[in-house]
This record gives sequence, C-alpha cells and structure tokens, in this order.
Amino acid sequence: MTKEAPIKVDGVILETLPNAMFQVELENGHKVLAHISGKMRMNFIKILPGDKVTVELSPYDLSRGRITYRYK
Amino acid sequence: MINIKGLAEIARIRESARIVALTFQYIEPLVVPGITTEELDRRIAAFIVSHGGRPAFKGIMNSAGVPFPGNSCTSIDEEVVHGIPDGRVLEAGQIIGLDIGVEKDGYYGDGAQTYKVGAVDPLKERLMRVTREALELGIREARAGNRLGAISHAVQAHVEAAGFNAVRELVGHGIGKALHEPPQVPNYGKADHGPVLKPGMALAIEPMVNAGGSAVNFLPDGWRVVTADGSPSAHYEHTIVITNSDPEVLTRLPEDG
Repeated sequence: MTKEAPIKVDGVILETLPNAMFQVELENGHKVLAHISGKMRMNFIKILPGDKVTVELSPYDLSRGRITYRYK
Repeated sequence: MINIKGLAEIARIRESARIVALTFQYIEPLVVPGITTEELDRRIAAFIVSHGGRPAFKGIMNSAGVPFPGNSCTSIDEEVVHGIPDGRVLEAGQIIGLDIGVEKDGYYGDGAQTYKVGAVDPLKERLMRVTREALELGIREARAGNRLGAISHAVQAHVEAAGFNAVRELVGHGIGKALHEPPQVPNYGKADHGPVLKPGMALAIEPMVNAGGSAVNFLPDGWRVVTADGSPSAHYEHTIVITNSDPEVLTRLPEDG
C-alpha cells in the first residue's frame, strides 16, 4: 500500500484541559482533542488558549491530534 | 491502534488468505510469453469468485479518489506495484509482480509473488531471490515481544547487503476486517523502534525492492508506481499472524513448505 503520512493542519487552541490535552479548532472548523508532542514538552513550550498551532492528525482517527508546532 | 484478532477472526483471515495462495498456485503456470495482463487478471478474478471470495482490489480508492480498475495488480519489470491489467502482452525476459487480495465473509487476505516470463537475465534472478529472502527474514522477526521495526530492519539489511534498495514510499500494513489497517509496516527502519508486537496481530509484510535506487515515480493514472531510474523491481508479500511461537504464514499452502 502507499505510505500515508500524518495530515498536518493549522488550528487555534480553544481550551486547555487536564493532562496537557487541548481542545483545538482547526481551520476547517472541526474540533479535535490534541496532546503536545514530546519534543515540545522537552523544550517547555507553553501553549495558551488563542495560540495558533500545527496539529498532526492520523488518517485513521481524525478526532484526535498531536500538536507539533506553536506559532509565535 | 493495532487490532488484536480473536481465534474466530483469524480463522476467517486464514480462509481468505488460503484462497489467495490457491490463486497463485493456479495462475503461476499461466504466466508465459504471449498472454496479456488482462487475461491473467480475468482468470484470477474468476478463480477467486469460484472459491467463494471477492477480488479485494477492484474499485479500491487511492488518496485522490481514483478507483483501481483491475481485480489484481500486474506490475511488469520497472513497475514496482499497482500495475493496471491491460492489453499488454508478456514477453520472454520480463518479470511480473502479481498482487492478489481476497475478501470473504468480511475478512481479507493479501499476497504477492514475482514470476519470470520465460528465461530472464541473472540480475532479475538475483533481485527476485533477494526480495524473497528479505520477506522470509522479515517474517522471522514477526514474533511477540519484538518491535515492528525488527521486521523493517531485517528486510532493509538483507536488501542493502545485496546492493539493492527497498522502496520507501510503499509499506506493508495490518490486515483483517479491512484490507489496510494500522500499523504501516515499512521496509526500512531501526529494529528497536515502533509498537511492540503481540499475539493476534495480523500483518501483510511486503518488501518492494529495486535493482537500482529506491526512488519511485507515481504515474498520472493515479496507481502505477515505477522505479525512477527504470531499473527492474520485485515484490513479494505474505499475510501473517503473530502467535506465541513462530508466526503463521497464512498466504502459503502447507505443501509449499
């Protein structure tokens, strides 16, 4: 089969949730539950509601994501 | 999330995979100079249907929503995978990869073989042998407790030791209720990476190996994948299930050994 890379989409943080989880509204209007990538945690990148971020979505489960970048 | 299959589910995958194996046994003697890939495809479909299965590739969508037109994939020489059956006539000296998927009672089996058309040059012979060996070595690593990367690494190490290259853009996959399930099974990688394998996981392991570089081009028809340098490519695939001991190869008939 053809390799499927994670889908990258930009979105805005709506709400911070416990366990470093976030509710993110994507550009297309969908809301997903996302956690922070380990690399961002290691570098103590803080995320607050209203921040613009990049989220990776698995092609298999589009309701959850992984935050890989926070725009300045 | 990798599905763990129960015994009843595995029995159904086993049945679909057995039809795949029988189809290869039936079609191999028909791969001779002069036959068209369309004719091979038609016979493959008829054989699968006569055994109560459905050719699983027909109509499957690619990421751009283009349905696959054939029942099986027929990939000649520099075509890596997803070759579309048409009026092309097989010529002596070619190698052809046949990829066959079967669905029966909601469960899938998937396998591929590369065959010689008449006599072929020593490079193609060696390419086929190395790819087949790489698949066997990959299967040997498909054991409970190993990581998925162990399979990928075994394939890559063997292929590259022979001076060939595994394709990066195409991967094996989990299989069961869908033809393609998580995880993706790359043919390259580190042995200690990836999810830990557990009994009851069903995987389709499929090394695609180019005699030249690993780069491939995706053709505008939305399906065919060819080597970028025009070198020949071989492809073998088995559906296996991970057990408490040796992996069970489902797309192999017992008499094949």
